[in-house]
Amino acid sequence: MRISKWLVPTLYILFLMLPIYWLVSMSFKTTNEILGGFSLFPQNFTTENYAKIFTDPTWYWGYFNSLAYVSLNTLISVAAALPAAYAFSRYRFLGDKHLFFWLLTNRMAPAAVFALPFLQLYSSIGLFDTYLAVALAHTLFNVPLAVWILEGFMSGVPKELDETAYVDGHSFPSFFLKIFLPTIAAGIGVAIFFCFMFSWVELLLAKTLTSVEAKPIAAVMTRTSSTSGYELGLLAAAGSLTIIPGAIVIWFVRNYIAKGFALGRV
Amino acid sequence: MAKITLKDLRHSYLANPQTPADYALKRLDLEWRDGGAYALLGPSGCGKTTLLNIISGLLVPSHGQVLFGERDVTRLPTEARDIAQVFQFPVVYDTMSVYDNLAFPLRNRGVPEDQVDKRVRIIAEMIDLTGMLERRASGLTADGKQKISLGRGLVRENVNVIMFDEPLTVIDPHLKWLLRSKLKELHQKLGTTMIYVTHDQTEALTFADQVVVMKDGEVVQSGTPVELFEKPHHTFVGHFIGSPGMNIIPCQVSGGQVRVGENTIEVGNAGKLGTREGMFELGVRPEFTTFAKTGLPVSVAKVTDTGRNKIVDTRHGKLSIKLLVGNGAEIPSENAHLAFDAAHAQVYDNGWLAE
Amino acid sequence: MNKTVNQKAWFLVLPVVILVAFNALIPLMTVVNYSVQETFGDNTFFWSGVRWFEQILQSDRFWASLGRQLFFTFTILLIEVPLGVAIALTMPKKGPWVSVCLVLMALPLLIPYNVVGAMWNIFALPDIGLLGKLLNSIGFDYNYTRQTGDAWFTLILMDVWHWTSLVVLLAYAGLVSIPDAYFQAAKIDGASSWKIFRFIQLPKMKRVLTIAILLRFMDSFNIYTEPVVLTGGGPGNSTTLLSIDLVKIALGQFDLGPAAAMSLVYFLIILLTSWIFYTLMMRNEEQ
Repeated sequence: MRISKWLVPTLYILFLMLPIYWLVSMSFKTTNEILGGFSLFPQNFTTENYAKIFTDPTWYWGYFNSLAYVSLNTLISVAAALPAAYAFSRYRFLGDKHLFFWLLTNRMAPAAVFALPFLQLYSSIGLFDTYLAVALAHTLFNVPLAVWILEGFMSGVPKELDETAYVDGHSFPSFFLKIFLPTIAAGIGVAIFFCFMFSWVELLLAKTLTSVEAKPIAAVMTRTSSTSGYELGLLAAAGSLTIIPGAIVIWFVRNYIAKGFALGRV
Repeated sequence: MAKITLKDLRHSYLANPQTPADYALKRLDLEWRDGGAYALLGPSGCGKTTLLNIISGLLVPSHGQVLFGERDVTRLPTEARDIAQVFQFPVVYDTMSVYDNLAFPLRNRGVPEDQVDKRVRIIAEMIDLTGMLERRASGLTADGKQKISLGRGLVRENVNVIMFDEPLTVIDPHLKWLLRSKLKELHQKLGTTMIYVTHDQTEALTFADQVVVMKDGEVVQSGTPVELFEKPHHTFVGHFIGSPGMNIIPCQVSGGQVRVGENTIEVGNAGKLGTREGMFELGVRPEFTTFAKTGLPVSVAKVTDTGRNKIVDTRHGKLSIKLLVGNGAEIPSENAHLAFDAAHAQVYDNGWLAE
Repeated sequence: MNKTVNQKAWFLVLPVVILVAFNALIPLMTVVNYSVQETFGDNTFFWSGVRWFEQILQSDRFWASLGRQLFFTFTILLIEVPLGVAIALTMPKKGPWVSVCLVLMALPLLIPYNVVGAMWNIFALPDIGLLGKLLNSIGFDYNYTRQTGDAWFTLILMDVWHWTSLVVLLAYAGLVSIPDAYFQAAKIDGASSWKIFRFIQLPKMKRVLTIAILLRFMDSFNIYTEPVVLTGGGPGNSTTLLSIDLVKIALGQFDLGPAAAMSLVYFLIILLTSWIFYTLMMRNEEQ
């Protein structure tokens, strides 16, 4: 029984790592070698792909730009979602159920539908090619997600906790920050991670709303398919590097997800 | 049903405990007779939940033995011990009806359905849930859910002991009394050994025949509520039990005599003082302290009216001594003196009763 | 939970409403606008009423795409949700391996969609990709660029690889939030592992699972970049899912009217299905 429990996650992780290994090994190959034949390990190990990325400003700025608007978006989304999720989980008000569901409907259309209107919208308010534009545009799908996730976790905390805190003399802000938020720490960790992730990987809107100043790394990568055919080695290197920021984020929130807060565990 | 013995029990959550501080439970030897109602009383962190989990099998002690009757159950898993436990907050199976909740432990053990039905209805009757059997368990209030938890423990016929881990924590205050009485009533009816863990002295003293007071992983005193009240073995017990708690007055012992400042005080354990000399502590409850014409001089600082009586807070120098007076009694405004009932005044040496 | 009625709660939701409405209303109006008008590309528009809707609903091409899309979405849901829950159940809850597991499992989620498509494109190629080579060497005649069945297999495998971890993470977070006392009580009640799963774990995960299922449903219905980079919708149009078809019509043929109408029909399908699912799931909470 013990062994089979270990087997499942181990096999799953191996399954996940295989294509990633493939990606990383491609990043150390030249495009010729990749297309030329099959090799499990790079025959002509090369770091030229990475060198290109670290030395070409267009490339490394792409990373920085992405990080900038993704962080901004995560901050805005989670900050706006927290009070809203609290309201949904503790109060009944006019239109609450419909509002809750309406939020989710904003994730129901393909991004392609929004591309052109967003371009017009954000250009008209002078935000084209800024971090703020992409950060705000991404709130379309991240805010509903954050609200839904946070509300789910908040509903698991009984109202008695709130009432006890008020009896103990806490004001609402004090209660919210010192008692309530630590209680739903797992939910916050999950929400932060998902907002980061969905904003990080979204390509279409980010590409549409930027051109030079705030161009995201994913858009820079599409260049690799235009000029000299498909520069696979470069793409692989760029792709491998995009994994790192997200991995760092999840490393930091892992404690919130893993430990969670369990009523009665204290 | 059986006698429960704890022999040389010690527990540390650490792999390699070095100092006594590493032990959550220091050395314990306890015996609980079959069918009694017991309470484990103590402040948070005193080890009572650890002890409870060792008895129920959710925790294996790092040292020592647990015996049910003659059987060594120390390493036996929970499900094999035939115990029941009610937790701090209600644990019910939300998706099931009240009936199915109560039936769950029996069905898991393969009991035939007609017996299950009989048993569930008997227990439901006992805990006043008969009208709610068809309802979904998640729809009940907190006290209803705790009753279900209790019911699941009672429904099995061969339960050795039922354990309660601060079960009234989430219950509304006005319902606590009702549930407590119900527990006492059930104990008298069924005669199962019950162990009730709490930090609330009222719950412990009203429920149990025998109370075990714990502090920092050690048993400080084990006795009936009356014994604990009248003759605390430790200042901690005196202080923790009783509202307000026992007065602790620094005193000087010399030549078999006890003095507080200039006044000589008569104490109940004078004969046990032996050759003690120096500063010790005098413990006497407010219930056994009265105003008198002569005695320890004090000034009256505050009077609190509890409705039943009055608590008078007096000062002797910097020391606060409390006493209880009846509602009509006169409280001197000046020249007040306190006298202590010798039978209930004791000297404590380093916290422990001088014996 | 007993919620109190409080209309002032609207202030708490206001920031969210503003952000989302700002982003949603104008595109919505634009799409509705296009869907009921006809243009000949010179910026003049003529009212065409429900013509585009009729055209779409009578188009074989639309129904074929929808059919493929439904097949795709339901297949991946059937795989990813149980698999994700199963993995979450077996993951360690405490100890040093927890962090390692979480980080490694999250990695596929962090890769931009075009990279996912591209890496699987090479990974699955019969001669030069690890997967392709492996499958062919075992004995399968595998070539996803030519054979429809293989293309579907690869597409689904890629999605499972990419997105199952989402379900795992959500289910896991839900599982670790269950207080120990429930498991202790179940032990005392003599419950088997299956009963513990059915009566404690699964019910307590209901909310997070609902989020996970809805998310996967919607995102898979709208999926675009990964299949486009992997198969381009082929071979032929055998893996042309709804979104791919939509973009072909909108940008390829520049038929904004039909494209907009299709978007709306598309949107309504997702809306209806999600609403039904959501209502069913949340119905029990009201008691």
